[in-house]
Amino acid sequence: MSSGAELTSQEYITHHLANLKVGDGFMAVHLDSLGWSIFMGLVFLTIFRSVAKKATSGVPGKLQCAIEMIVGFVDDSVKSTFHGKNDLIAPLALTIFVWILLMNSMDWVPVDLLPHLIHWVTGMPLGDIYMKPVPTADPNITFGLALGVFILIIYYSIKVKGVGGFMKELTTQPFGHWSLYPVNFILETVTMLARPLSLALRLFGNLYAGELIFLLIATIGVFQLPVHFLWAAFHLLVIPLQAFIFMMLTIVYLSLAHEDH
Amino acid sequence: MDINMTLVGQLIAFVVFVIFCMKYVWPPIIGAIEDRQATIADGLAASDRAAKDLELAQEKATAQLKEAKVQAASIVDAAKKHEAKIVEETAGKAQVEKERILAAGHAEIETERNRAKEELRAQVAVLAIAGAEKILERSIDAAAHSDILDKLVAEL
Repeated sequence: MSSGAELTSQEYITHHLANLKVGDGFMAVHLDSLGWSIFMGLVFLTIFRSVAKKATSGVPGKLQCAIEMIVGFVDDSVKSTFHGKNDLIAPLALTIFVWILLMNSMDWVPVDLLPHLIHWVTGMPLGDIYMKPVPTADPNITFGLALGVFILIIYYSIKVKGVGGFMKELTTQPFGHWSLYPVNFILETVTMLARPLSLALRLFGNLYAGELIFLLIATIGVFQLPVHFLWAAFHLLVIPLQAFIFMMLTIVYLSLAHEDH
Repeated sequence: MDINMTLVGQLIAFVVFVIFCMKYVWPPIIGAIEDRQATIADGLAASDRAAKDLELAQEKATAQLKEAKVQAASIVDAAKKHEAKIVEETAGKAQVEKERILAAGHAEIETERNRAKEELRAQVAVLAIAGAEKILERSIDAAAHSDILDKLVAEL
């Protein structure tokens, strides 16, 4: 907490939770969240593409081994849950898993490191520097991902079952009587909407809470170091787990969308 | 919560990244993995086959060895029988030969003895005459006394 003794803890935390923003209202863009998100996506694609270009079915190199472990893990997860034929789901799951893992891992970057680096390089006063580096602690990012998954759920539901089949699925269950079809429709619509909402909010909630606790720890002075270490170590569990859950639920939802009743 | 265009930006990035991953990242890597898995599976199957072949070959070799031993034993048996037969035949022949030679020897001895007897007889006659001449101090007319001599010779 070196951004100035004149700041109270509350001001310090509020400052750190504010995004670097251009534009106003709905047209605003969080440059830090979106920037780090795209940066992490590019890191993922650059590494994986460089391996894919040189991929050999003979004796693999060490990097190829590591990448193949991740790809094999995702492939196994997809094959154990999704039994149809779809060339999109496995790469989609891989992208979600690795990208979210990398975005979540920004949580390990000490909360004051980036603002101070920017201060050191550009000379801007710390109070003017807004930098919230964990993209998945920004609901825009998690809802963006969940919205993409939701669109795919709707797309495959209609593609596999047809518009009629999809509407039938929404209206004829759980209650079989025609008079209850409107109730069914409301229930099923809520279920449908709950899927992307829970996906996005789970990821956002976990990472936002993690970030908030890091900020709280940063306000306690000298003793923050061991506590910070413990909380970071705990995130060894949280970060991959949240990435895995997002990936797994995406696979499950898409496999449900493919199921024809 | 502050929802704004960041969401749209993230959605676009998501779509682009997934499409890139689907086109250029996933297929080569999973292809390499599956190719290698196939190669390894083939290798394992081949080694299994080779092990089975080896087992079969060993069984075959053992069987052949056993057969060869049986054959060798039978050949040895046959050879022994043959040998015994040859020995027997040879012994028989030798016996026959021995008997023939003995018989011939006996016959020869008999002939020789007879001849010697004849000779002796003749010589005895001559000796007898010579002895008689000495005793009588006179010549005996061999022709006149040939009957006596013949009698004498016959008595020998």
